[in-house]
Amino acid sequence: MHDLISALLRGFPIGCVYGLVAVGVVLTYKTSGVFNLAFGAQAFVSAAVYFVLHVRDGWPIAPAFAVAVLVVAPVVGFVLDLALFRHLRSAPPIARHVVSIGLLVGIPAIVVLALHFGTSPAYGPRGIVPGGLVVYRFGEYAVSRDELTTIVVTFLAVGLLSALLRLTAAGLRMRAVVESPRMTELAGVNANRVGSLSWMLSGLFAGLAGVLLAPLFPQVSADNFFLLIVAAIAAAAFASLSSLPLALVGGLLLGLIGQLLATWLPTGSLLAQGLRPSFPFVALFVLLVFWPGLRRRRESTDPLAAVDPPPPQLAADVRSRELTLLTRALTVVAAGVGLWWVLAVANAFWLLLVTQAVILSIVFLSVTVITGMAGQISLAQAVFAAIGAFTTAQLANRFDVPLLVTVLAGAAIAAIVGALLALPAVRLGGIHLTLATLAFALFFENVLVKVDWIGGSAVPPRVARPVLGPIDFAGDRSFFFLSVAVLVVVGSLVMLVRAGTTGRFLRALGGSEVAAAAVGINPARARVTAFALSAAIAGLGGGLLAMQQGQANYQADFSVGAGLFWIVIVVTLGARTVEGAVQGGAALKLFPQALKAVGLSLTWQPVLFGLGALTFARHPEGIVEHGKRTSLAAVQRLLDRRTRT
Amino acid sequence: MSLLVARGVRKTFAGIVALDDVDLEVEPGELVGLIGPNGAGKTTLFNCLLGITRPDRGSVGFAGRDLARMPVYRRARLGIGRTFQRVELFSGMTVRDHLLVAERARRGDGALWKDVLGLGRLRRDEVDRSERTLELLGLADVADRPIESLSLGRGRLVEVGRALMTEPRLLMLDEPSSGLDRSETDALVATLHQVHRERDIAIVLVEHDVDMVRGFVSRLYVMDFGRVIASGATTDVLGDELVRRAYLGGAAP
Ligand SMILES: Nc1ncnc2c1ncn2[C@@H]1O[C@H](COP(=O)(O)OP(=O)(O)OP(=O)(O)O)[C@@H](O)[C@H]1O
Ligand SMILES: [Mg+2]
Repeated sequence: MHDLISALLRGFPIGCVYGLVAVGVVLTYKTSGVFNLAFGAQAFVSAAVYFVLHVRDGWPIAPAFAVAVLVVAPVVGFVLDLALFRHLRSAPPIARHVVSIGLLVGIPAIVVLALHFGTSPAYGPRGIVPGGLVVYRFGEYAVSRDELTTIVVTFLAVGLLSALLRLTAAGLRMRAVVESPRMTELAGVNANRVGSLSWMLSGLFAGLAGVLLAPLFPQVSADNFFLLIVAAIAAAAFASLSSLPLALVGGLLLGLIGQLLATWLPTGSLLAQGLRPSFPFVALFVLLVFWPGLRRRRESTDPLAAVDPPPPQLAADVRSRELTLLTRALTVVAAGVGLWWVLAVANAFWLLLVTQAVILSIVFLSVTVITGMAGQISLAQAVFAAIGAFTTAQLANRFDVPLLVTVLAGAAIAAIVGALLALPAVRLGGIHLTLATLAFALFFENVLVKVDWIGGSAVPPRVARPVLGPIDFAGDRSFFFLSVAVLVVVGSLVMLVRAGTTGRFLRALGGSEVAAAAVGINPARARVTAFALSAAIAGLGGGLLAMQQGQANYQADFSVGAGLFWIVIVVTLGARTVEGAVQGGAALKLFPQALKAVGLSLTWQPVLFGLGALTFARHPEGIVEHGKRTSLAAVQRLLDRRTRT
Repeated sequence: MSLLVARGVRKTFAGIVALDDVDLEVEPGELVGLIGPNGAGKTTLFNCLLGITRPDRGSVGFAGRDLARMPVYRRARLGIGRTFQRVELFSGMTVRDHLLVAERARRGDGALWKDVLGLGRLRRDEVDRSERTLELLGLADVADRPIESLSLGRGRLVEVGRALMTEPRLLMLDEPSSGLDRSETDALVATLHQVHRERDIAIVLVEHDVDMVRGFVSRLYVMDFGRVIASGATTDVLGDELVRRAYLGGAAP
């Protein structure tokens, strides 16, 4: 009994913060159709500003709080709406998701650069009341002043929000938009004003959550916020992404259950070690797949979306014969020059770098399949790569299986895991599928990686280079050739699938799922196939990467954060073409060298690519493809003029 | 034996009774009309027949098989084709691609390994078949245009063509003539007659254009407020007093 009550007391403040975040997420989802994955990044902004002002610069609490939470937080929300989301209202949902993922990657990097977090780590955040660690005792129970503050502030904030929604004219309009956006527009309500207001309010909630959460950790870091936001997303899912009070209740429940698990499960048991840290992810996954309120809800799409301009045709589809020959010839020449450079000029360092770029291009082809062809965003691609890497390592180390066989086995196991994940999740579609992949990826990262026969014990498992008959790929140069060969094979495979039945079916499904089913296409089968293929490609790339590095290093190469970054890069450069994936691989490995050469911090990479993803809204085919099409059109005009004269 | 049999189909949306114990039968090769004022439940009935919405009660059978719990794509493969009142086209694809996708779906070979071996590319006979359908519907001149560049009326024709490519035994058309002018409508009727003669498909036609219905179908169902209020031979039903009052606003036909 004592344990139960003290667990509840500890879980309640955490649940409050989850609830705050969930309320903010639901608010913007309902009023603007944006599932704001960058909400945690917004919370991080306020936490960081508050830390800098209060702890580092020694401001008193009140002005620091006022600036960080009451000014900066709503302004961030306002700007995001004004500059981005307002213009995406009738864009396809995937554009909104990509933009919010871009922000999730870009915003924390901007904060780190702007507040110099990189050079002086932000240790020792403090709460928003003086003496936050002071503990009050009620008989045998103890509550700290920070915890009390969290509870009071949460209920105050949610109370004020309900009062605002209920009692003011602006609140009435907002509530009307929440109930039925269409009706409200017909009634002549200015949707932009309502949007701004709701983004500022949700920004405020993000800021509050940020400063309340920060003292729970020794250091202010974006990763902590990202993880906690996942629990809050589960709370939002509990509220079926629609009810504000239920979002708060869901947050409280998650906080309480999390603490109860911590108390009741015997420490040290596998269940405790596995379930405790992963509870939010498991809860999110289970809610997504089984919660009836979510299953009935279809993604909010604007009926006007159908009149949007269609995705432009690929440049390759519109150019003339001569031009095709010309670009082919240029590609061959470029590849030749590249090979010559690698063989004759490059030193060992550059050879490694270029090989990594080639292998990452293979991994990125998995994004070409799942995002470019199937139109879904998966945040688990890095995990599939990790599965390939670990399979390669474990099979080779434990059972002495030849390395080339283990790599293929890794791809096969990744495909199976991908298909198993997709089976329940794929009919959710859209943002729900994305969240399910995120939940799975975090579960893998926090639980499965630590399992001995998966991720190995403390040190990353070692992986050797393969031998094929008389050819030994131990040398960097021969391994480079192997990687290029695999890239060529996988690239051709992707092109075949895109031109084949699966590609056609997926394109039809992207155009209209109901019409595709009405001509006899099985939507679930096509999507599960795409998922499995994509996972297999990622697994293959992951295995190669592990062989190249000599070890399967999860933290360095395959973390969820890395996976987010991969998606952002590929989508920015071009998710629909094989070239896009190759350029993504090159960018990821060579861009840091360019930054180093001009003396900039590496943090600029997430900033630039995160912001680059924002262009997805305008050029869903990717900026490289866009550039290519524009320049091809120019060349084509030149050619046409020449032939006419 | 009837091709399509629906018995006691009922569907409510949040209290609104969209379908109230509807019975419908279609014989093989029969031309059947379905008319009724806006909101009568015609589109909802189509959705229930194809499995896009699940009826609350009632049964649907096709060619002697019970369709309960059968997903949309399997009903389509059994031989039910349809067009949509709010057109559902594959955005970003050309007109020809629409037909080719349907052709592929009819052949049903969606296996990934075939794509991987390069067997998934277009075949001569597929292209020829789509060419014939394009010509039949007068769409040959726009075959390679992206679907977005077509007018609403011609988009509907593409839907008809797409449905025909799956070689249905029953074709359900939801207001195919809206968006078409008089001459285009006449051409559509002529085409449908031709298709019907050549392939002996049954057609269920939902239309507001009473003239088109009169000239096309031999049997007619009239719906109002989710119920079938009259059914029988076309001329009899259109002469019925009740129908005239409910549907034609009492005006003489
Ligand atoms: N998904 C839905 N949710 C709620 N109500 C619906 C839904 N679909 C149809 N309805 C309602 O069911 C009733 C029947 O609609 P339906 O579209 O089937 O009529 P209809 O006969 O096709 O009309 P029209 O001639 O305008 O096409 C209407 O009252 C409509 O508002
Ligand atoms: Mg209708």
